[in-house]
Amino acid sequence: MKNVKVYSSPACAYCVRAKQFLKDNSVEFEEIDVSLNPDAAREIVEKSGQMGVPVIDIEGEIIVGFDKGEIEKALGL
Amino acid sequence: MPKTYDLIIVGAGPAGITAGIYAARKKMDCLVITEDIGGQTIWSGDVENYTGYRFMTGSELASKFEEHIKKYSIGIKEGERVNSLAKTGDIVRVVTNKDIYYSKTAIIASGKRSKELGVPGEKEFKRKGLTYCATCDGPLFLDKKAVVVGGGNSALDAAFQLTRIAEKIYIVNMTAELTGDPVMKDKVTGDEKVTIFNDSKITEVFGGKFVEGVKIKTPRSEEVLEVEGVFVEIGLVPNSGFTQGLDKNKHGEIIINCQTETNVKGVFAAGDVTNVIEKQIIVAAGEGAKASLQTFRYLARKK
Repeated sequence: MKNVKVYSSPACAYCVRAKQFLKDNSVEFEEIDVSLNPDAAREIVEKSGQMGVPVIDIEGEIIVGFDKGEIEKALGL
Repeated sequence: MPKTYDLIIVGAGPAGITAGIYAARKKMDCLVITEDIGGQTIWSGDVENYTGYRFMTGSELASKFEEHIKKYSIGIKEGERVNSLAKTGDIVRVVTNKDIYYSKTAIIASGKRSKELGVPGEKEFKRKGLTYCATCDGPLFLDKKAVVVGGGNSALDAAFQLTRIAEKIYIVNMTAELTGDPVMKDKVTGDEKVTIFNDSKITEVFGGKFVEGVKIKTPRSEEVLEVEGVFVEIGLVPNSGFTQGLDKNKHGEIIINCQTETNVKGVFAAGDVTNVIEKQIIVAAGEGAKASLQTFRYLARKK
């Protein structure tokens, strides 16, 4: 099982969609709400070089936005 | 000879998905081409006026739509952008960023998108501090300075949410006064973190790796605001630019009659991309159903 982290915010619809997509594919993930965790918010800006959520970290591979194709590729789905 | 579909639907918001479901039930050979599933429904916060569901979030409703259409064996090309759609002779030709498709009929259900500022720096700094979704990306601007562009309810809502996150909020509004609801105006204007520039506009977004500021033009002068966030909330524009030969109104909306017919026979349109005044999820869904049934009738007549 790959280590998957989802950086999200509560009102972000694509975060909800991304999490649902992972659940539908039985992928376990850690969810980090950047609105509650300012350090994580800073961290993803550095990691991804941009300022938007969701950011999905799959074993260090950073995917910006809910990009289904990229997520599938990274997870080998 | 390339394959010719009975129907190509562009878009998979409430209008496109409903059209697809009706097409599947009529056993039309149908393809849906769309950038994403759910359309603007995804962005709607709480939905409390979709019959049968007293309360749902927009993304929950979008998931229901997706689940419903995927029950049918209908072709969906997701993540594809349509670059042009035109009817020549009896055939509609649809060119996307990946392929070319042919069909006897088409339903345009491509909805609307956030209006852009159209100033230098906007494209470069998209997701680098400039965003069209304040509720999504707002938390990343903790203790930073930000500018909200616009004066309507969505701009005021963005500004109000930012008062709880950001250190300083500027509102740059084109009109003489804020145009949102009085309740929203009171919430925002009463906050000491907020400074409002009416009759003003952004002329440039600048920065390095991320946004560092904006240039604005006020009635009196030109100023520079040092901000790290730019929240664009200036309304929506229809995604109709790819269509060729269709009549549109001055807003760019595709003109349809009450049967969802455009001026081109065999090309129909439904939902927020059209001149139908009510931009509602349930209206779009209904229009999508109408368009699909009209298409079915059109094809039956052609036989």
